[in-house]
Amino acid sequence: MYQVNYHRAASVADAAKKAKGEAKYLSGGMTLIPAMKVRLASPGDVIDLMHIKELKGIKVSGKSVTIGAAATHAEVATNDKLMKACPAVSYLAGHIGDPHVRHRGTIGGSIANNDPTADYPAALLALNATIETNKRKISADKFFTGLFGTALKDGEIVTAVSFDIPAKAGYAKFPNPASRYALTGVFVAKDKSGVRAAVTGAGDDGVFRSKEIEAAIAKKFEAAALDDVKIPAKNLMSDLHASAEYRANLIKVMAKRAVAAANG
Amino acid sequence: MGIEGIGARVARKEDKRFITGAGRYVDDMVVPGMKHAAFVRSPYAHADIKKIDVKKASKMPGVIAVLTGKELKADGIGNLICGWMIHSKDGSPMKMGAWSPLAVDRVRYVGDAVVIVVADTKGQARDAAEAVNVDYKERDAVTDPVAALKSGAPQLHPEAANNLIFDWALGDQAATDAAIKRAAHVTKMKIVNNRLVPNAMEPRAALGHYDKAEDHYTCWTTSQNPHLARLVMSAFYNVAPENKLRVIAPDVGGGFGSKIYIYPEEIVCCWASKRAGVPVKWVADRTESFLTDAHGRDHVTEVQMAFDADKKIVALKVDTIANLGAYMSLFSSCVPTYLYATLLSGQYVIPAIHCNVRTVYTNTSPVDAYRGAGRPEATFLLERVIETAARELKVSPAELRRRNFIKGFPYQTPVIMNYDAGDYEASLNAAMKTADYTGFEKRRAEAKKRGRLRGIGMSTYIEACGLAPSAAVGSLGAGVGLWESAEVRVNAVGTIEILTGSHSHGQGHETTFAQVASGRFGIPIEQVSIVHGDTDKVQMGMGTYGSRSGAVGMSAIVKALDKIEAKAKKIAAHLLEADEADIVIEDGALKVAGTDKNVPWFQMALAAYTAHNLPSGMEPGLKETSFYDPSNFTFPAGCYICEVEIDPDTGVTEIVQFVAADDFGNIINPMIVEGQVHGGITQGIGQALLEGCHYDPETGQLITASYNDYTMPRATDVPYFQLSTSNTPCPSNPLGIKGCGEAGAIGSPPAVINAVTDAIGNNKLTMPATPSKVWAAIRAAAKH
Repeated sequence: MYQVNYHRAASVADAAKKAKGEAKYLSGGMTLIPAMKVRLASPGDVIDLMHIKELKGIKVSGKSVTIGAAATHAEVATNDKLMKACPAVSYLAGHIGDPHVRHRGTIGGSIANNDPTADYPAALLALNATIETNKRKISADKFFTGLFGTALKDGEIVTAVSFDIPAKAGYAKFPNPASRYALTGVFVAKDKSGVRAAVTGAGDDGVFRSKEIEAAIAKKFEAAALDDVKIPAKNLMSDLHASAEYRANLIKVMAKRAVAAANG
Repeated sequence: MGIEGIGARVARKEDKRFITGAGRYVDDMVVPGMKHAAFVRSPYAHADIKKIDVKKASKMPGVIAVLTGKELKADGIGNLICGWMIHSKDGSPMKMGAWSPLAVDRVRYVGDAVVIVVADTKGQARDAAEAVNVDYKERDAVTDPVAALKSGAPQLHPEAANNLIFDWALGDQAATDAAIKRAAHVTKMKIVNNRLVPNAMEPRAALGHYDKAEDHYTCWTTSQNPHLARLVMSAFYNVAPENKLRVIAPDVGGGFGSKIYIYPEEIVCCWASKRAGVPVKWVADRTESFLTDAHGRDHVTEVQMAFDADKKIVALKVDTIANLGAYMSLFSSCVPTYLYATLLSGQYVIPAIHCNVRTVYTNTSPVDAYRGAGRPEATFLLERVIETAARELKVSPAELRRRNFIKGFPYQTPVIMNYDAGDYEASLNAAMKTADYTGFEKRRAEAKKRGRLRGIGMSTYIEACGLAPSAAVGSLGAGVGLWESAEVRVNAVGTIEILTGSHSHGQGHETTFAQVASGRFGIPIEQVSIVHGDTDKVQMGMGTYGSRSGAVGMSAIVKALDKIEAKAKKIAAHLLEADEADIVIEDGALKVAGTDKNVPWFQMALAAYTAHNLPSGMEPGLKETSFYDPSNFTFPAGCYICEVEIDPDTGVTEIVQFVAADDFGNIINPMIVEGQVHGGITQGIGQALLEGCHYDPETGQLITASYNDYTMPRATDVPYFQLSTSNTPCPSNPLGIKGCGEAGAIGSPPAVINAVTDAIGNNKLTMPATPSKVWAAIRAAAKH
């Protein structure tokens, strides 16, 4: 690691004020710190958002859920109210990384990084969530803009994510055997306005909605409805761990498992 | 604890310090004035070095020295060597390309060391290393061993035309070819043994300390054999004469073979310490470990196994290309030859065997011994081909093996080895019974109902441990002897120190070696200490690898204990005024048999040192040494049965049962032996299903250079192991030990792959059998 100045922000406004030049926000650091350790990232300053009170907490009220950006995966995984309102999100958070990662990593940090193999982007896209920042509100559809890409502007800070509680939701992930990131993960959600299915880990341009999956489960929200679905391998990643064809297959298999989980 | 002898399941003495974080590793060592090193390494797989500019780096904060290969050469430091001479079929010696500890005019793999930077802190050394400007001219690279032999392939060393290091053969080619021609059935396969990264928990490290006053060097290093390190650094690398070089290998966190070799870094740290005038420490980070630890395996083989009409094997023909990487590592040449081809008879009577091996240079990390070393490669191909033959011949794999087992001992194979003892049917029967082999089809049908593909696979392996005797290995090209030394010091109050040339880096020697003395003399195990890993304490030794420390290391201890016992009895007989022949050692005392006359052990020891009343002419003291040179290899063997269930939707393999029935000869500590088998099988499962080292074929970059891409086995990847032993004592050493350190890694990969291929009905599957590959193989089988 290169020498770096560490700043602990007291508030969102304080963090924004401290962000100058090549400074990086730190919100758990589960990607940034390893990259700094192997000298692939070299910010001169890091501004830690983890201790900002206004970014903490998980609120479940009537129809909606709001998760503070600095909520750790462990907090999301074990929040009683959330586990009742939308257990699929808690399940997802409980299967990120390992216990160490889950107690350091945050939802805000994860989505701001938008790793194409991260779990949360699939959930937020499928839940039609809203990403709140210190400047504005952005829909998940517009927030995720490709590999490691987001709609965030320089210095903009994710403060929370919110979504309406779905009637049904489920997540299934096939972990990369080495890293345990999603080799393919599918999040499905159903509510009054219809169904949404989002795929992480497989697309060559990051998280995306699968129209094939959505078309099938819109007719009948059951795993069997996906039996005859064909997922094209086009635009899917192909690497050492999995071919595009294998990922296409996993999208279907994980979608079936996600739907089965959503139906309990 | 207390008196704990042979066979006791005693908890490991050393674990207290390991599990409380009190172990002392090289990185824990601190010497006054110590500074830190970083290496500038090649980012290219193959390039010429045009110019090295260290000016900017030398002026960086904290920098003490920036040193290059040119300066190293000017000081007379030698090239690295391979210590086992192999001759090609045409009689020519192996083609050893020059390997300078710091590259001078050319780099040959990503990670090749070029410059050392010494600075006040590790961070400063790294900053300065980045400021060293090396002007490279890139060359084409080749990483695949088969491609490296093709005409037009990039050439690595001027000494080795076509990248060929040697073209060696063992066995009777004419007899083998003739038998194949006459055979009723021939099974042919192409077998790839995947390259592995060793991944010891502790990365390699070195601390070189030059003492100007004494003109003397001390080198702390992560070594499995510190004496060998001293010998090689003195005799070949010209670091310092032996009497001016002390090598210490303190606690070492795993080796698996990768810490046998003397690497550039320890040589350079010692040399740089004199040059820079400060002690120099280097500790590899995990990326350096991936890039520069000697890798394992990497064979491509064509094999034919021929049978007569009675399904008896008549011949085995093997043609192997082995990748040795960019340079010849210390024992790289013996792994794909004498540790490989000599095991190709397996547990079977095979009248004719011929094995041809071509070893090649590629632009990859050097390849050398890794847990099993040659024997896993031999076992994998043999056990895959016999299982495949059974499927082709429509006979039970167990029956085909049984029909071909060697049943009489000693047995001379056509490939050098003389098996001294064994009972292969006993292991096979034990494993089949535990695994309920005959009930398998019922389980397969039940799994099918659940939508799962269930398969069973077997492996009946043999291996050779305790490489020996010295004269024999010398005649085969070894540059060293393969004996072991021991010194037993009985102190004045009867406590014991055992100095051994073996080195413990996870094997539990501090416990098992102490058990041998504790049980023999009836003294508490706490009163027996094991001293190892320091050339100033132990005079000479050959270290630990090849499952040799029980069979060879402990045999040396037994020989020294014999001498101690003889002298102790003389002293006791004198004190008790009895005949020496009547003295027995029981319960911590030397007794006159059949009487109540006795002298406690500690009193006898005290008498040896007070010397007030010793037999006439006897020297005072009680200390004995022994050098033990075995008369033969030892031959552990066994039968492994693996049962898997595969999810056809994802290709995920779950090992639902793993049975191991081993013959390790006599066992000192069953718990430690079980631990060794658990670890070995886990590494074998890792090779079969998870681990694979991949270089980009175009650029020669290591793709699997971190745990994000290189899959290590996790606890959830392995089942509860069902182990048993049915032991035939080894006739050639005093304790009857065969060795157990590598068996698991040798026997398990073919059992796993035989099970997976059985489950999916497609025999075309390479290791690691990842879910993606298994899924594709299931689809290919369905299309057929």
